[in-house]
Amino acid sequence: MSFSAHDLRLDFPLLGTEVNGHPLVYLDSAATSQKPLAVLDAERDYYLRSNAAVNRGAHTLAASATDAFEDARATVARFVGAHDDEIVWTSNATEGINLVSYALSNASTAPEQFRSLALSPGDEIVVTELEHHANLIPWQQLAERTGALLRYIPVADGGSLRLDLLETTITDRARVVAVSHVSNVLGTVNPVEAFVARAREVGALVVLDACQSVPHLPVDVHALDVDFAVFSGHKMLAPTGIGALYGKRELLAALPPVVTGGSMITTVTMERAEFLPPPLRFEAGTQRVSQVIALAEAVRYLEVLGMPAVADHSHRLGARLVEGLRSIEGVRVLGDQGSMPRIGLASFEVEGIHAHDVGQFLDDRGIAVRVGHHCAQPLHRRLGLIASTRASSSVYTTEEEIDLFLEALAEVRGFFGVGA
Amino acid sequence: MSDLGNLYQDLILDHAKRPQGRVLLVEPTASSHQINPTCGDEVTVTVQLDGDTITAFGWEGHGCAISQSSASFLSLLVTGRPVDEVRALIAEFREVIRSRGTLELDEERFGDAIALNGVSRYSARVKCAMLAWVALEDALG
Repeated sequence: MSFSAHDLRLDFPLLGTEVNGHPLVYLDSAATSQKPLAVLDAERDYYLRSNAAVNRGAHTLAASATDAFEDARATVARFVGAHDDEIVWTSNATEGINLVSYALSNASTAPEQFRSLALSPGDEIVVTELEHHANLIPWQQLAERTGALLRYIPVADGGSLRLDLLETTITDRARVVAVSHVSNVLGTVNPVEAFVARAREVGALVVLDACQSVPHLPVDVHALDVDFAVFSGHKMLAPTGIGALYGKRELLAALPPVVTGGSMITTVTMERAEFLPPPLRFEAGTQRVSQVIALAEAVRYLEVLGMPAVADHSHRLGARLVEGLRSIEGVRVLGDQGSMPRIGLASFEVEGIHAHDVGQFLDDRGIAVRVGHHCAQPLHRRLGLIASTRASSSVYTTEEEIDLFLEALAEVRGFFGVGA
Repeated sequence: MSDLGNLYQDLILDHAKRPQGRVLLVEPTASSHQINPTCGDEVTVTVQLDGDTITAFGWEGHGCAISQSSASFLSLLVTGRPVDEVRALIAEFREVIRSRGTLELDEERFGDAIALNGVSRYSARVKCAMLAWVALEDALG
């Protein structure tokens, strides 16, 4: 089964906008996707018909809001192959990673029942050189707080991860291995299985940054056998402010809370509190109900398209992008190894022209791309760059848009008087 | 002229390719290093002061055509001038660049830097144009 991106465009009114006198070509979906009417309507409908506080209160409206909230959890859980109680709502993926890292450091000082996952000096945390800052800095900070050592799997010249160093970098001292499923800069799908296999050998937890995979590929967290995974709603057709943390049932149960307060407790005295089991243990305070419901609607939108078809679309656009970029003189695609599977995303440098200037030139044609380091300074430094330009797609991106982008890009060196 | 041509005047492209004053002073009285966190562009400026007068200025950095040409234009404006006057110039430059197209730089005061007038209509590029100027302001304390 497949779908036509053209047929979806009416669902996304913003895509009909004109920018600088040109029809908008939105190629910044990896930063944030556009939202279909169904998602916007779901959020509005919730406020029009069902708004009430969830997981507290016994009146009819409160009960129906709670049902909708928990149904949404079940929808999102099923979408990524998790059990319902393995999905914790967060603001975004960044918050999800921080939740895990702070729960792990809280474990050091928690009562006995929550100490099993605590880190100590001598333990090691392993990341990779291509991580988004959100999957790097929380681990740097955790290492600093616990005395653990932060190590990383380097990136080879071509942009692939140095899997030959997995065994020597992930040793039996490793407690956490954090890796992204799909690089937000290179667009390549990382071999998560190799990381999981090695982590299992040494008894380390695997934390997967699935921000760029869940919107574009079928993802089954149980099949991947990762211990934790995070993703953001706003990159997958849902509003900002909502994301999810997946954690294996028994691991979430072993972690102490991070944010405490209302709705995450069983018994409270003036001296102490008993906590609810996960996921509610990690959801203190009034939740983002309307955004949760909108996220579930975004998931249904993707399910109707079918994730295998979404993946086909993404792979096809990615291949067209890379092939087109390669054929433009003076353009170098980052992490261009040819063989690795990729999503519809590519970053590149234009010889002699700064990414900001490339982006400005494209914007003048109504083409929206990302410029800068894409929150991955170490990877850019490794590839000998400060900044790059990134084009990224979503389900509504058409092949014609990729071609418009490529045609415009072919003129950029001429405009700036660089090259022939 | 197209919008884009208005932003990227020839003078800007010339200065970006062949920047002026792009050398750091060996023993500066003051210096400052500034980074644009969104793109990682950076500029270091060095100044030599004799009393209240800037006797030499040099800079180094890398970045987009706007940030590099802006540093180059700045280098042509400051040598031999009193610190207070340069501070006033920086303040005026900031006001114009942030004006969203409502103000223009005065040619007599800013010389070739008036080529940057177009930047004020591109709010995402204001930081690029300001980078070296902010560095100099910081160096002057």
